[in-house]
Amino acid sequence: MTEPTPVQQRSDADGDDNDNSDNNDGVAAGTAVTPGRQGAVLPPRLSAHAPGVSAVRARKFGSWYYAEHVLRAMRSYRWTLLASSVGTPVMYLFAMGVGLATLVDQNSEGSFGGVSYLVFIAPALLASATIMTAATEFTYPVMDGFKWRRVYYGPHASPLGTHQIVNGHIIAITVRLSLTTIVYFLIIAAFGASPSALGFLAVPVAVLAGLAFGLPLLAYSARLEEDRGQFALVMRFVVTPLFLFSGTFFPLDTLPVFLRWIGWISPLWHGTELGRALTYGYALPPWLAVVHVVFLLALCLIGWRAARSVFARRLGR
Amino acid sequence: MISAQDLSKHYGEFKAVDAISFDVPAGESFGLLGPNGAGKSTTMRMIGGVSQRTSGALTIMGLDPEEHGPEVRAHLGVVPQQDNLDEELRVRDNLLVYGRYFGLPMSYLKPKADELLEFAQLTDKASAKVDALSGGMKRRLTIARSLINEPKILLLDEPTTGLDPQARHILWDRLFRLKESGVTLILTTHYMDEAEQLCDRLVVVDKGRIMAEGSPAQLIREHSTREVLELRFGSERNTTVAGELHGIGDRLEPLPDRILIYAHDAEAALDEVVARGLRPITSLVRRSSLEDVFLRLTGRSLID
Repeated sequence: MTEPTPVQQRSDADGDDNDNSDNNDGVAAGTAVTPGRQGAVLPPRLSAHAPGVSAVRARKFGSWYYAEHVLRAMRSYRWTLLASSVGTPVMYLFAMGVGLATLVDQNSEGSFGGVSYLVFIAPALLASATIMTAATEFTYPVMDGFKWRRVYYGPHASPLGTHQIVNGHIIAITVRLSLTTIVYFLIIAAFGASPSALGFLAVPVAVLAGLAFGLPLLAYSARLEEDRGQFALVMRFVVTPLFLFSGTFFPLDTLPVFLRWIGWISPLWHGTELGRALTYGYALPPWLAVVHVVFLLALCLIGWRAARSVFARRLGR
Repeated sequence: MISAQDLSKHYGEFKAVDAISFDVPAGESFGLLGPNGAGKSTTMRMIGGVSQRTSGALTIMGLDPEEHGPEVRAHLGVVPQQDNLDEELRVRDNLLVYGRYFGLPMSYLKPKADELLEFAQLTDKASAKVDALSGGMKRRLTIARSLINEPKILLLDEPTTGLDPQARHILWDRLFRLKESGVTLILTTHYMDEAEQLCDRLVVVDKGRIMAEGSPAQLIREHSTREVLELRFGSERNTTVAGELHGIGDRLEPLPDRILIYAHDAEAALDEVVARGLRPITSLVRRSSLEDVFLRLTGRSLID
């Protein structure tokens, strides 16, 4: 390919596709319309709106712009996401809900408030799956954004503000959590494990629990300068105990009193209790329902505020 | 377009940028030349509105980046020192996604992305994964990305560091075209050839301070001689021979690996060296460069 001369380049920059007219003696380069010549009518020049417009739009919609980016990037592994969204619930429901439940239901009738073991654990499995997904999405990708591939620094140089990068990330993950939770719930419903008509409301509750766990984790991940295996430790010593001791597989009050606090601080327990009330009408006093919701919202709010300040400090160094 | 007065940035006791002042008019290509750790990148990050200054004044298009961050950044195109492309997206999608940050509509972005890919000579890589690009291609993609909003000011932090010579020349060619089309370029570099090729005017920065300012030719004229004679006598003899070279040329600079003699006529200086009965292993006559200016001003070389 031959390099165009600077003169040609300048006319190209005007959107003037005049490669032909340059070779045509007597036709002045840069003439917009050459009468009598086919194809000489030029396409309108592309031009971006003024920087002022960019700034106004970024201030208004910046969080959504970044969310759009994250979701677009997620599209490149959408089939993996879909496969795991379907595969995980099917596996858990078969193993626990069908295999284990047969045994449990034979031996302890009435232990679970008059419902089958499958119905009892379904909302817990739903909330825990959402929390586990949140735990993955708010750890390694955050390290990636700051350190490995430094993805946050691109939008940081654009008109977006640091708080919008945080918000956009959260919006995108919320969308992703909602989609997998909906798929999970549909499979639960197909197993007949959500007898109540209000059962579908367990989906937003599970997403709320996921964010209540995920947002404080986001703030923590954003503070980490180095990956020394902290995320693996979080999974092993935070996520796993919460999964096991949050009234997931048995009611929390069957645990000795000195272990019950694990449930009380666990977003999973609060989410599961709410979920049970919704999927099979588990008797929950209204004041306690309010406590569960407030607790989850408070964790979200604290995590969100903390993440915003950590992001601002770290990106603005 | 850009004006800095006593701009400073301290990290605790450390003064990364120490009261520097400069003005850049529209259309100029302005360089910050200095070694690693001189405070160039920190200065760029302050101009880019992503890092807060400790003291001093800074305006871009008359706006303070700390008060009007989004407005200032909307004017800029930024090529950071380290690429931060999204490797989970394809080449063209990186441009589209970036354009969205400026609220630009897809009807503008799609043809613009194709135009920029052509400019960056990446048209046939449009749907490739970013992983699959070479270092030079990633750099060109980063530059294409920085142009998506048609900025009037382009900030380039070490645009060609780590690239092979051919990739650097392609990049320089692209940057030169942008300069010709009237874009104001602000670039940092520790390569003197890059500074000489691209900058209308530059400041030499060391330890957060401006050591000198002017066009490349001006700086060379003011701080060095026209020519330089480089002599090598072998690493052991360089220091001992230096004494015997006294009086040749305007100035003598003994370095560990070679001796530099600054003279208006380096050929004549070489004749005199030979006339004194000294036999260098190698000798090289060359024009003075910004490297010599830097050496003169700081006593150190640019790349260490």
